[in-house]
Amino acid sequence: MLKKIEAIIREDKVNDVKSALEAIGIVGLNIFEIRGHGRQGGIRLSGRSGTYQVDMLTKIQVNIILSEANLEETIQTILDAAYTGEAGDGLIFVYAVEEAIRIRTRERGHEAVMYPGDIDERKKRRFINDGIPT
Amino acid sequence: MEVAINAGDTAWILVCCSLVLLMTPALAFFYGGMVRRKNILSTLTLSFIFMALIGVQWVLYGYSLAFGEDIGGLIGGLNYLGFEGVGAAPSPDYGPTIPHGLFAAYQMMFAVITPALITGAFVERVRFKSFLLFSILWATLVYDPLCHWVWGKGGWLNTMGLLDFAGGTVVHIAAGFSALAFALVIGPRKGYGRFTMEPHNIPLTVLGAGLLWVGWFGFNAGSALAANGVAVNALLTTNSSAAMAGLVWMVLSWLDGRPSTLGISTGMVVGLAAVTPAAGFVKPLAALVIGAVAAPLSYYAIRFRDKRGLDESLDVWACHGMASTWGMVATGLFATVQVNRAGANGLFFGNPAQIGVQLLGIVVTIVFSFGITFLVAKLLDLSIGLRVTPMEEEVGLDISAHGERAYS
Repeated sequence: MLKKIEAIIREDKVNDVKSALEAIGIVGLNIFEIRGHGRQGGIRLSGRSGTYQVDMLTKIQVNIILSEANLEETIQTILDAAYTGEAGDGLIFVYAVEEAIRIRTRERGHEAVMYPGDIDERKKRRFINDGIPT
Repeated sequence: MEVAINAGDTAWILVCCSLVLLMTPALAFFYGGMVRRKNILSTLTLSFIFMALIGVQWVLYGYSLAFGEDIGGLIGGLNYLGFEGVGAAPSPDYGPTIPHGLFAAYQMMFAVITPALITGAFVERVRFKSFLLFSILWATLVYDPLCHWVWGKGGWLNTMGLLDFAGGTVVHIAAGFSALAFALVIGPRKGYGRFTMEPHNIPLTVLGAGLLWVGWFGFNAGSALAANGVAVNALLTTNSSAAMAGLVWMVLSWLDGRPSTLGISTGMVVGLAAVTPAAGFVKPLAALVIGAVAAPLSYYAIRFRDKRGLDESLDVWACHGMASTWGMVATGLFATVQVNRAGANGLFFGNPAQIGVQLLGIVVTIVFSFGITFLVAKLLDLSIGLRVTPMEEEVGLDISAHGERAYS
């Protein structure tokens, strides 16, 4: 079963999240610059004379398609890396994905979202070397 | 009288002419950064077009109305129509050591930027056709006569001894109060006050402010019409006022939160506008005072304007009109013949009467420019309409008026 993670995080946390994901072997991801607001509301910016309220803040949306087996580990990684404890840390949404097809090879499903050196390959190698089932 | 052209003076005014020309694109970017991204090309064009529009009008008849042979102190005659007789020989009345054609070209650059200043009032909603018509009428009915009154030989304010070195009345008060009148007629932008209209590219505004400061040396120091001590004094006072106003604005902005980049840039331009009438008549220390007072004046004028719900969008009135009104008063206070023998003394140098002349000049300029602009704008609004349709405004003028987009 394929899943999609849609994580909305702080703009300034994007590098932390990206490198944390890389460390556990999440290779394929997309990021979008989005604007919005949740509980944080907005911020006040300096204008020509005094300040003014801005309610739409720039956030980063990270999209990842992955196997259900890797879901919890990935969510934990994002939670740790994107956390500051202040309002505005963001949200994570998880969806079911019907199908994934890699255009170059026409692989479908799980195969389509596997990459050399990714989380699945690492787990497989660990299984072969140490006999630990994943 | 045999007059000789001075190569130094001529070279200097040639440079100043180019510096003042640069101020119009600088203003275009100064304004362009403050509008929303869908209106940047429109805003640039509103300023830029004057290099073409007045570039033609001034040669055809504008210069003659402003600087032609005086008719009753009110307007120049038609003797310089089409720049006829405006050539290599110096004019006996204006800039006696430079070619007459250079004086006329230098003055053209002032006539170009002044109506461009007004465009800050009506960006993001003005109909281009109506704007063009308004602009040519404004140049003819407001700028050319006012320029004659203040700077033309025989002009009635000039004859009264009004001190306006580089355009406090003719340029900044006229533009500022015309902007106010136009804003009242055209009304606010769609959604003004209901949602924030963030400046879309502050770096462009900062770039514009920097280039304006550079150009202003040509504007003020060039107004000496010679490469002499008065020019150097004007350059020093110009720099001093801009520097001080920038610093004071920074502090004001800091007290309200953080020292805003847009605020500091605005403060610098306010300092430049304020010192313009005084530049060649006051000492650098007085210019520091001019800048220091201009900054809070304009800063709170913006606040006042905003509280009234008036969408004079880029604060031409607050920044140019109010700052230069103060500058004209300050000229009446701080002017001294120690700086400029052709000038006069102000109140602090034993001539209280000068204040009266300055105040008269201010009131006349405000009433005249506001009145004519209000009338012309109202007539255009009732006849062909000043505004684009709500749909065109929503889409943005870049697409709806010019069929282009700035960032593809």
